[in-house]
Amino acid sequence: MTMIEAIRSALDVSMARNDDVVVYGEDVGFFGGVFRCTQGLQQKYGVSRCFDAPISECGIVGTAIGMAAYGLRPCVELQFADYMYPAYDQIVSEAARLRYRSAGDFTCPLVIRMPTGGGIFGGQTHSQSPEALFTHVAGLKTVVPSNPYDAKGLLISAIEDPDPVIFLEPKRLYNGPFDGHHDRPVTAWARHELSEVPEGHYTTPLGKAVTRRAGEAVTILAYGTMVHVALAAVEETGVDAEVIDLRTLLPLDLETIAASVAKTGRCIVLHEATLTSGFGAELTALVQEHCFYHLEAPVMRVTGWDTPYPHAQEWDYFPGPVRLGQALREIVEAR
Amino acid sequence: MTSPTPLHFHVPEPASRPGGKPDFSGVSIPKAGSVRRPPVDVLPEEIRDLAYSIIRVLNHEGRAIGPWVPDLSQDELVAGLRHMMTLRTFDARMQMAQRQGKTSFYMQHTGEEAVSCAFRIALGPDDMNFPTYRQAGLLIAHDYPLVDMMCQIYSNEHDPLKGRQLPVMYSSKKHGFFSISGNLATQFVQAVGWAMASAIKRDNRIAAAWIGDGSTAESDFHAALVFASTYKAPVVLNVVNNQWAISTFQGIARGGSGTFAARGLGFGIPALRVDGNDYLATYAVAKWAIERARLNLGPTLIEYVTYRAGAHSTSDDPSAYRPKHESEEWPLGDPVIRLKQHLIAAGAWSEERHKQTEAEILATVIAAQKEAEAFGTLHSGGKPSARDIFEDVYAELPPHLRRQRQQIGV
Repeated sequence: MTMIEAIRSALDVSMARNDDVVVYGEDVGFFGGVFRCTQGLQQKYGVSRCFDAPISECGIVGTAIGMAAYGLRPCVELQFADYMYPAYDQIVSEAARLRYRSAGDFTCPLVIRMPTGGGIFGGQTHSQSPEALFTHVAGLKTVVPSNPYDAKGLLISAIEDPDPVIFLEPKRLYNGPFDGHHDRPVTAWARHELSEVPEGHYTTPLGKAVTRRAGEAVTILAYGTMVHVALAAVEETGVDAEVIDLRTLLPLDLETIAASVAKTGRCIVLHEATLTSGFGAELTALVQEHCFYHLEAPVMRVTGWDTPYPHAQEWDYFPGPVRLGQALREIVEAR
Repeated sequence: MTSPTPLHFHVPEPASRPGGKPDFSGVSIPKAGSVRRPPVDVLPEEIRDLAYSIIRVLNHEGRAIGPWVPDLSQDELVAGLRHMMTLRTFDARMQMAQRQGKTSFYMQHTGEEAVSCAFRIALGPDDMNFPTYRQAGLLIAHDYPLVDMMCQIYSNEHDPLKGRQLPVMYSSKKHGFFSISGNLATQFVQAVGWAMASAIKRDNRIAAAWIGDGSTAESDFHAALVFASTYKAPVVLNVVNNQWAISTFQGIARGGSGTFAARGLGFGIPALRVDGNDYLATYAVAKWAIERARLNLGPTLIEYVTYRAGAHSTSDDPSAYRPKHESEEWPLGDPVIRLKQHLIAAGAWSEERHKQTEAEILATVIAAQKEAEAFGTLHSGGKPSARDIFEDVYAELPPHLRRQRQQIGV
């Protein structure tokens, strides 16, 4: 399956198992979403389970919170993460706090899916990676899958979770893995082992990272598209790096991170989002708090620049394998 | 060529300010009984005029007249009067408790008691309100324990919300009262979503959204109207126009629109305007809108025309922005006095019974207050545990919160 098919399959499986799962968003109903993730669901489950919404992110998330409080399990789509800002108040002040402020009287089992990240020449309005704006908010869980198998398992877990989950889908991965080499031919998911996705129900637990490549020299912490960039850079440099795919940013699998950095003594944090106050800052702080006496070099961050996401200069902005490769050589030589 | 007249910038101003004479000459008040009552399945375009009028039942003599006279028995009206009197007494005691330092903050309902007390009686037991902070009548008229309300206000060890919320931000699912956010307007759209869920599940429950005049300017209000209109959600959209958003008069949010009710018209939502200080009219209009929703006829927007006779909150002083005696000049009077007058005129009440009831309610509220204070007040006695800070952020405590809880040592 492609990432799109895996996400669609997760929605399909969830809707079939539980009548309370409803899916809606802009262009999501009849048409099946601009990325086709909800294609066929309206035909299969009817218009009251999968429908088109007005162009109002505030309205989509606000109504979904009401539905979740009613007892449904809404899984809504925001067309691009770049468009989530009108919904931010509803997410931060309402969805995230409902259980807390009502002492568990009302809850908000809600999933908000949104395509994230760059690599598609989307310019500043179709390329942002706002994950840190969610991980900073108490009461939310934030998930970023890197492949079809995880996307399906994590999305089913998110839908079955009793609390609001932000589900960020790296849009550059929808149709194939992408290692950052934009000048090379596009590869399809079909040849990737993690595109082997079971048809039925399974879950991938939230809060558990996975080691994509074991190594001894340095730990690379990555998620989403950057997992593929990391694996490419490791292969190209020959540096024996351990690549950890975080999968869930919050709750974070600190145990896996700390064990790896304790072993390698070096750490690079990699993300597409801007540097300052990015999620990498949190990862870097945690690594120094928990692994300080194992560190043989300062933790390095390879990220997007602190600018809006540009259009024509996309590949100057994107932290691809060349930049990561330089960082890898630098960190293994540092002492 | 002559140059055009320079543009000028327009900022609306209220009719009068401190030091001036209260002036409500701009508020046009139709005679009680004069506004027609359409059938609930009327098309919205046929009642556009009702968004600009005011539905009233009680006239100056306290008689109930016209097509909107509701089917409430005298006993039910006496109960309604008691609810409003209880809310007023409760407010007075809690306002005083705040001044005595027993809590940080309080918000009174003075002058607006009829809106929430009457609405609750019109609503069914399984329906859900998404209230603002000035609808405690929804709890009192639904027999929510006064002691529990007070414990919430005191943030004490018996606080149902474990000390996490600002005073008066109650929550009780069992009583059809959604957790008050404190952020304005956000819950208006959630009510629409809750109502959509009821329709998706083919249940019979309806939702009631609540908002003040000032907050209708928020985008959430407009999103709520779009979604309610598009999906014909079974929801009653309540706008309580109490004339003042803290120090800002209602004209700042209303702008060039004739009324707040008229906001519904562009969305094809039937909109009614009602005398919010008239318990009977408020009940009758609420009942009409609730019936529409229940019959799957979709949303209704109601504007309750009322007046915030007290301060916005214990942190506010209205004498700084409006004439001192403005509330006494409010042309729709006081809801408690008007219902009392009606019951006396109908022979179902007397000044003597009213006085007795006042004393009885005061005794009940004081007894509840004593009981609540035995569980502590904000700065003394029993209080929620520091452990409660970390509970309910998520259903299960995640590892990072477990570590933080260990740091605080609880």
